[in-house]
Amino acid sequence: MTSHPLRIILATDCGSTTTKAILVQQLGDEYRQTHRGEAPTTVEAPFEDVTRGVLNAIQEVEELSGRTILDGERIITPARGDTGVDIYISTSSAGGGLQIMVAGVVKSMSTESAQRCALGAGAIVMDALAANDGRPSYEKIERIRHLRPDMLLLAGGTDGGTIPHVVEIAEYIAAADPRPRLGIGYQLPVIYAGNIDARPQVQRILGERTALSITDNIRPVLEQENLMPARHKIHDLFLEHVMAQAPGYKKLISWAGAPIIPTPAAVGMIIETVARREGINVIGVDIGGATTDVFSVFQSIFNRTVSANLGMSYSVSNVVAEAGLDNIRRWLPFAFDEQTLRNQIKNKMIRPTTIPQTLNDLQVEQAIAREALRLALEQHKQLAVGLKGVQQERSVSDAFEQTASGQSLVDMFALDLIIGSGGILSHAPRRAQSMTMMVDAYAPLGITRLAVDSIFMMPHLGVLSTVHEQAATEVFAKDCLVPLGTCVAPNGTGKPGTPCFSYRLALPDKRLLEGTLAVGDLQLFPLATGQEASLEVTPTKGFDFGAGNGKKFTGKVHGGVVGLLLDARGRPIITAREEAARVRQLQAWAKAVDLYPEEREGNVESRSQKTE
Amino acid sequence: MAHAYTPGLRVTPDAVIRKRRVLPLPGEVTVREGDLVTAPTEVARAELPGKVYPVNVANKLSIAPGELSAYLLKREGESVAKDETIAENHPFMKWFQTQVRAPTSGRIESISHITGQLFLREPPELIRLSAYIDGTVIEVTPGQGAVVESHCAFIQGIFGVGGETHGEIALAVRNPEEILTAEHLNIEHQGRIVVGGALAARETFARARALGVRALVVGGVHDHDLKSLLGYDLGVAITGTERIGFTLIITEGFGTIPMAKRTFDLLAAHAGQQASCSGATQIRAGVIRPEVLIPHGNVSQPQQPYATSKTEEGGIQVGDVIRIIREPYFGVLARVKDLPSELQKIATESHVRVLMATLPDGHDITLPRANVEMIEG
Repeated sequence: MTSHPLRIILATDCGSTTTKAILVQQLGDEYRQTHRGEAPTTVEAPFEDVTRGVLNAIQEVEELSGRTILDGERIITPARGDTGVDIYISTSSAGGGLQIMVAGVVKSMSTESAQRCALGAGAIVMDALAANDGRPSYEKIERIRHLRPDMLLLAGGTDGGTIPHVVEIAEYIAAADPRPRLGIGYQLPVIYAGNIDARPQVQRILGERTALSITDNIRPVLEQENLMPARHKIHDLFLEHVMAQAPGYKKLISWAGAPIIPTPAAVGMIIETVARREGINVIGVDIGGATTDVFSVFQSIFNRTVSANLGMSYSVSNVVAEAGLDNIRRWLPFAFDEQTLRNQIKNKMIRPTTIPQTLNDLQVEQAIAREALRLALEQHKQLAVGLKGVQQERSVSDAFEQTASGQSLVDMFALDLIIGSGGILSHAPRRAQSMTMMVDAYAPLGITRLAVDSIFMMPHLGVLSTVHEQAATEVFAKDCLVPLGTCVAPNGTGKPGTPCFSYRLALPDKRLLEGTLAVGDLQLFPLATGQEASLEVTPTKGFDFGAGNGKKFTGKVHGGVVGLLLDARGRPIITAREEAARVRQLQAWAKAVDLYPEEREGNVESRSQKTE
Repeated sequence: MAHAYTPGLRVTPDAVIRKRRVLPLPGEVTVREGDLVTAPTEVARAELPGKVYPVNVANKLSIAPGELSAYLLKREGESVAKDETIAENHPFMKWFQTQVRAPTSGRIESISHITGQLFLREPPELIRLSAYIDGTVIEVTPGQGAVVESHCAFIQGIFGVGGETHGEIALAVRNPEEILTAEHLNIEHQGRIVVGGALAARETFARARALGVRALVVGGVHDHDLKSLLGYDLGVAITGTERIGFTLIITEGFGTIPMAKRTFDLLAAHAGQQASCSGATQIRAGVIRPEVLIPHGNVSQPQQPYATSKTEEGGIQVGDVIRIIREPYFGVLARVKDLPSELQKIATESHVRVLMATLPDGHDITLPRANVEMIEG
């Protein structure tokens, strides 16, 4: 870590396909993101050196900023005048990111805790083994043997609890004799974070066959999770073992002024920081080419999941396979032949870097994005749960409420803010498209604010928060986060066209707007970024804004670049089955929020005159 | 001059290809530097450790794990045959005796006195790694594998399924626009790499499998036909291990798309020659595309290897021929007319980097740079 003040900061994120660089500078008494560059990531042949892509991205920043940052292939630090930067920091998901396999004793307890621990550290969990997962033991051994993860996290047993069961899993790992994905001849890093009484046995079984590290139990008692020591160990091993084997990373590590962390871990840090500082419940999503990462902070508890193979380029076809073509089609505001649609999606899969050139193409991709977002949140809800197996004390009144341990923490009524990131959300031609994609996918309830990452810089800001939290949060608020507005929606369903709710909206300019929305209506009110209005909504019977069925609800709503969206479509959002009706319905919704340009025909441009 | 970084598929009559043939685990390399090899030649072999079967002896005999030694008939490291007794209890009456038998033949790898388990490992399986292409061994990494170099015609496809194979190239259609139907295939195509035109459908696949065709190389397929061929809807383009009876390579994309004339002509020019091909595709980082390699026979000519292609050097330039890879001009060839550096607004309202290109009919169009690929030679 540097000892001089950090006024000019260079951050890169080495993604699986693109390396993005940003320059953050102190201007007056505030920090701002000033320039951005990008270049293809170069971990693969013919370069096989991640630093080539980093240098190329930095060169683009140099050209745009006019600042000399590189002296040959060296980053100049600290900054002097128009030369150099005070610190260089980086995140990385190049080469497939950090891939972990977790194992525990009880599937819904220690294994789930291990899974949360690994996901929170920014890993992709390749599989979660448990002594009671129903698979025959030889199948578990085969699974460990074939997956070739970057590391393995073994948990199980409370301190002082079961020994044989966790030892049994350790024996399976030893029998499989697993090899790491990177680095022939290296031993697989294994972290043991289970019952402390089983440490000697685990050491004896795995000590020679694997690169074993022992850390605190992640579930020392049933009522408590202790994930941080194992998470720190994962980050240490990521640097020492995984990245050290990846091409060019040793050099990159030597350049960086702070530890390089996995990209999703960095995004999680910034989401967690926002939730903590504002004291709110947040869902963040990063929809990428290969995966969709979901982050949530509810009741101050942070969770992260990665939905591998739910993405918009490499895995676009898998979204369709998982969601089903009918679920994609329900978001398309035009008629489409199935074979053409299927071929179009597969063509995107095999040429993932292409971009939609026609409006219909864009609408297809945004329809798929809605389903990817929806499926990833469903998966997140299943893992973002309270601790299972915990005994609850119940009073007589509780006995009438059938709540169990292990309920999902994700409560859409309690959700304050949704933050979207990733190409399809950050680079949507109209911000209203980003907002409706998230609203349609997540179906938020009550009053929910929405925002989008302007140019996908949350990973950079996450790692920046580890060295300069003030700079990270200032840039996040001023340059990264684009407030889209607020969505107000009740839970419930009703017959289309019948009254859903009435509203009274007191705008900042003292105007009072009143009206009624019918079931199926969508209405957008202009309310600019920074503006605040008071809203009173009275739902009809069968609808609930959070105060109860049919009960009046009041609250503050915040503006954004899109505005205030009153959504009377009901929950879940149902589109018409019959094609012509569905097209009419979707076109009406699109018109209500000015979603697309009027001219739907045509391509990139009309053909020009024939050349001479 | 302005240029753009653009992906491209390589279709060339003359290239030097180096194939790194590496074992999945340490083993023995069976060739030496300078050896001439053919596609089926074994270059390395390794013993893949057999599957492990845990047997919970303590549970089966209802004893404590710590008592295991007294009941075992075999020790660590000993070999056992399938169904051979490996442990038994000693009841007062023999009629009540419980015997634990080996679920498979193998060797006892370890015995745990904590869990009462015994781990039995099957005999190792021999993996033989072939050269895949005709050529010369130019490098050997002891214990790991070898690099084989071949002077050949080289055609990269865009997507494929099925693994490595080799055979004689046979042309089954007259032109690249013609659809390869089941009727085009006959007994002469058995064991061959069959080149079709714009499309192959499910009936063609069934016929190819029945005849024993080694590989089909066509312009496109319909997604629902691929689904029926595989038996599942392919979610991610990581392929090469499918067992579908033959290898399928598509050169253009999904749908009815005529094979690029240059590709078709190159394959046609080598009809009757032996070739190697692979359907393995991986579109994530570390891109692998399916390929057809037709060795020239002269393997010792020093040439520039494939690694330095034009796209890697500088990208697309004015005057280059490009293929458009997204609607509304999907599959059309055009010539680059201009590479403006400013972002331009397209019909979706996105602001993107574009290029201007001239279509074969003489019209100029503007395209996002991301939606074209180089045709490399």
